[in-house]
Amino acid sequence: MSYSNVKIKVNGKVIEKEIESRWLLSDFLRDKLGLTGTHVGCEHGVCGACTVLLNGEPVRSCLMLAVQADGLEVETVESLAEEDGTFHPIQQAFANNHALQCGFCTPGFLMSVKNFMETHPDLPTDDEIREAISGNLCRCTGYSNIIKAVKEAYVLKC
Amino acid sequence: MKPPKFSYLRPNNLREALDMLAEYGEDAKIMSGGQSLIPLLNMRLSTPGYIIDIGRVAELKGIREEEDALVIGGMTRHVDVEKSALVQEKCPLLTEGIRWVGHNQIRSRGTIGGSIAHADPSAELPCMLTALRGEIVVVSSEEEMTLSPEEFFLSYLLTTLEPNQLIKEIRFPKIKQGSGFAFEEVARRHGDFALVEVASVIELNHNGTIVDAKIALGGANSVPFIPEATEEFLIGKKPNDSILKEAAVLQLDELDPEGDIHGSKEYRRYLTGVLLERALNKAIERAWGGVIV
Repeated sequence: MSYSNVKIKVNGKVIEKEIESRWLLSDFLRDKLGLTGTHVGCEHGVCGACTVLLNGEPVRSCLMLAVQADGLEVETVESLAEEDGTFHPIQQAFANNHALQCGFCTPGFLMSVKNFMETHPDLPTDDEIREAISGNLCRCTGYSNIIKAVKEAYVLKC
Repeated sequence: MKPPKFSYLRPNNLREALDMLAEYGEDAKIMSGGQSLIPLLNMRLSTPGYIIDIGRVAELKGIREEEDALVIGGMTRHVDVEKSALVQEKCPLLTEGIRWVGHNQIRSRGTIGGSIAHADPSAELPCMLTALRGEIVVVSSEEEMTLSPEEFFLSYLLTTLEPNQLIKEIRFPKIKQGSGFAFEEVARRHGDFALVEVASVIELNHNGTIVDAKIALGGANSVPFIPEATEEFLIGKKPNDSILKEAAVLQLDELDPEGDIHGSKEYRRYLTGVLLERALNKAIERAWGGVIV
């Protein structure tokens, strides 16, 4: 059985497909569903660019098979902005604080930060933010602006 | 698509999983959280004919207390151990050390059985399990056996697990009254594998004399290392700065860490001594306080 039927809720929409069992979730999202916001960097669990939420928890989509998400719910970066293009508060805070340059790592950061804010409702310290984003690498900004953005996201969210 | 072709099997219970292992074990890999296996598949360092995904085997998940141990199912995720109030109360060393396992994106998928079975000498769980003198319960379709870490870990990424066996659960001794614990690690960034790490549990009597010392050093040898002479040296002593300094370097020349771009062999050896001294100090302070932090 190298093919599997999967039923995955992606950004609120149920997707049913027969796929090869060896498809990674990251490649399934990008190549089968056209959700290319989820970026693929190192593909062995170091860079965090492919981070998505699985049942609300952050996971590396390059470190799981799509078939493992069968019956579960996935949120990608495409789920953040409103339909009319209005940014999510985290996206707005990243834009306001120049918390990205090339933007390649940004989708992963946004999804990690979304879960962090949901699980840490009170304004965190810089150290807590640093630990929360330690699983995401950024080669451009040096993280200071990202930390500023996370703090501003807490303010914008209220 | 990176992984090589394989047949995907998803057992619904332990019996099914063990039957599949009995049938395909030689050509199969167990996938629990996949956080070590999928990189190996992505890089095609491993090309199993079958993947047996035990992610839905409920019997392998969960944390329970028994009379003499805290028992954690092999498929229990790191994040569930990290957030468990029972673990914090009965085996707080685990709570302290598990936060060093990968990043939260890894801990939300990775499992403790997977980490133990992968047997990376720099990984946190094998080191903590060895320090605690815990036990690994291994099961096949024919038998179940309980192994000590010293029996189980053979070398880098190598254990005594047979192709038809999987890790059912891990047994961690509960912390004793008068004991203190500490986990110390240095990694390049939080969540990376350790350069080196130290786990220790120290028990004091009412006079402040060390009556039991359990230590494991990780990342320093091919398997977690128990510095037995150091433990014996500490037992019966009233700890002070000079005794702890002496203890911390007693067996450093028995360590054989691999040097790489992030730290030479000599640096890692030296660092192990520094971390051991820190861990002993912290464990003793906590034992004195009688407070399990």
